[in-house]
Amino acid sequence: MTKYTSDRLKILFEKLRSKDTSALGIFITAGDPDFDTSLKIMEGLPEEGADMIEFGMPFSDPMADGPAIQASSKRALEAGGSLKKTLDMVRIFREKNNSTPIILMGYYNPIYNFGVQKFLTEVIEAGADGLIVVDLPPEEDEELCIPAKECNLPFVRLTAPTTSNERLTTVLQNATGFIYYVSITGITGTKDVPIELVTHAVQNLKEHSNLPIAVGFGIKTREHVEQVTRIADAAIVGSEVVNAIANTLDANGKAKPETIQTTLSLVRDLAAGVRGK
Amino acid sequence: MSYKEIANTLRNAPDENGHFGIFGGQYVAETLMPLIIEVCDAWRASKNDPSFWSELEYYRQHYIGRPSPLYLASRLTEHFNGAKLYFKRDELNHTGAHKINNVMGQALVARRMGKTKIIAETGAGQHGVATATACALFNLECEVFMGAEDVKRQKPNVDRMRLLGAKIHPVTSGSSTLKDAMNEALRYWVSKAETHFYIIGTVAGPHPYPEMVRDFQCVIGEETKEQIMAAEGRLPDTLVACIGGGSNAIGLFHPFLDDQVKIIGVEAAGYGVETGLHAASLTGGRPGVLHGNRTYLLQNEDGQITEAHSISAGLDYPGIGPEHSWLFENGRVDYVCATDQEALEAFALCSRLEGIIPALEPAHALAYIATIIKTLPKDHIIVMNMCGRGDKDLEAVLPLLEKMGKL
Repeated sequence: MTKYTSDRLKILFEKLRSKDTSALGIFITAGDPDFDTSLKIMEGLPEEGADMIEFGMPFSDPMADGPAIQASSKRALEAGGSLKKTLDMVRIFREKNNSTPIILMGYYNPIYNFGVQKFLTEVIEAGADGLIVVDLPPEEDEELCIPAKECNLPFVRLTAPTTSNERLTTVLQNATGFIYYVSITGITGTKDVPIELVTHAVQNLKEHSNLPIAVGFGIKTREHVEQVTRIADAAIVGSEVVNAIANTLDANGKAKPETIQTTLSLVRDLAAGVRGK
Repeated sequence: MSYKEIANTLRNAPDENGHFGIFGGQYVAETLMPLIIEVCDAWRASKNDPSFWSELEYYRQHYIGRPSPLYLASRLTEHFNGAKLYFKRDELNHTGAHKINNVMGQALVARRMGKTKIIAETGAGQHGVATATACALFNLECEVFMGAEDVKRQKPNVDRMRLLGAKIHPVTSGSSTLKDAMNEALRYWVSKAETHFYIIGTVAGPHPYPEMVRDFQCVIGEETKEQIMAAEGRLPDTLVACIGGGSNAIGLFHPFLDDQVKIIGVEAAGYGVETGLHAASLTGGRPGVLHGNRTYLLQNEDGQITEAHSISAGLDYPGIGPEHSWLFENGRVDYVCATDQEALEAFALCSRLEGIIPALEPAHALAYIATIIKTLPKDHIIVMNMCGRGDKDLEAVLPLLEKMGKL
């Protein structure tokens, strides 16, 4: 069995803690709007201030995502995106960058279809550093969470405002890597992050776990990043970034010359909000 | 009941986590889990409370109009000149289909939970109409998610829902059909957790829905058992029902799973399974995970869900209830299919010979029966679930029947 040994997430969070700063996580969907453009955006992210990359594995039925990420998933699939190509992009990215953690985010069906053991082997060999599989709650840990744990590959858990403390114990049981706190009750990209509630929730999570805490859903501006990184170990921006991609496309949904730069400038602006940077 | 008898039954699935063998389960986002757990608890409490069932029984008798008759389709029997054909007349239920059996049950669970607002998804609109009906009766707010394409295709049902007081959300994401309506309903539910209950219309979704919906639909098979004993003094030889998600079928089949009865489910073959344009998840799909459960799905080589096609909007879904996937793999139920064309012929035949205009969905079941009944002996008894009436389909069907020279 291939084991994960790179520990890029652990190294990142230790480094940030020693510098008393937090991380910016940027979500993009693999292959949105096409393979080459998406790869160039991905490769440009670290230089613009993204500390980790949430790399969306496109799926036809993204149940927990709002309109922006649904559309980006659709664009990626229409441009020929697939799980295999997502892993190819991770491999190519790793040829030049060996430090920025990549967390693969997505839904279980393409993984199940690919084969769980084969998937884990290829994920580790390609150089990804963790998994977030939205539709695998603790009730289904035997599917992928436990097999990932056996390979030492981080399996990140989501918690939400509706997660009770009783439930939290179950959710955190097999959690590794970091905790992803979903800041709003709803789907990605629809509402603004409610800072006060998040502050309480993050404090509560810290009482239950030593893992780093990332906050996502509803973080749209540099100000949001500033507020969230003051209280959490990482802020994750998704919908806003894929919207930036969408807004630069031509009438046929194809990338224009400015697509890459416009998207990366947004990331630079967001990164300027990170506490201590 | 002895341990051996329990171990030998096919009627005690799912397990407490909602698994039918490898199928079923709870594959939903953590943001949904608190809601699902709440529904699980409420369902378990209701299920074990005799007063819940006596309340439901009241509405079954006085509002839905149960029991529905078991009717010997004598002219079709004569026409085919083979086995004896009975129809379980669930198209006579209030609102014209079996959907209301489930909706009344879930609406009562929702009321017990103190929920005041209801969400539902619908394809053809039958489940939407049934839900809007129960909501009017129980003074619950009703919001129905329906693919924008289906809103156009099923205008009479959209009008009925509006008249009953429901708010329609046309869904334009994905392919704008039933699976997208279900995605959107789930998304909406997460954001309205406190007040809303989601009434799923078929035996799919995360546990406890496949079990709960089945238990509400089992009234079909339970009545059938009593009625056929009264009419024939014995159990039927064969049961046949159409399958989209599979709620009418499991309702008929489940009470007979441990009996010596042949059971056949008929999927929609659309233009033919070989064309790729069909809705036959078992015949033409493979196991995967969607909408909260593991089951057979139509999907491409990358695990992306593909579009279903059927002339019948009620069968036009790329998945199937997990219990059917289990009964398929363990071989207890035979799953076959019928094409659009065959269903249309059965639709016309049943209308002319029995004075019953069937919905396109059960027309698929009749279409398959037509291929086997002639060779069966005269004392062979078939029961088919006539799970809905065809008024809703006239607009789509009449031009096609004219072309076929059947009008």
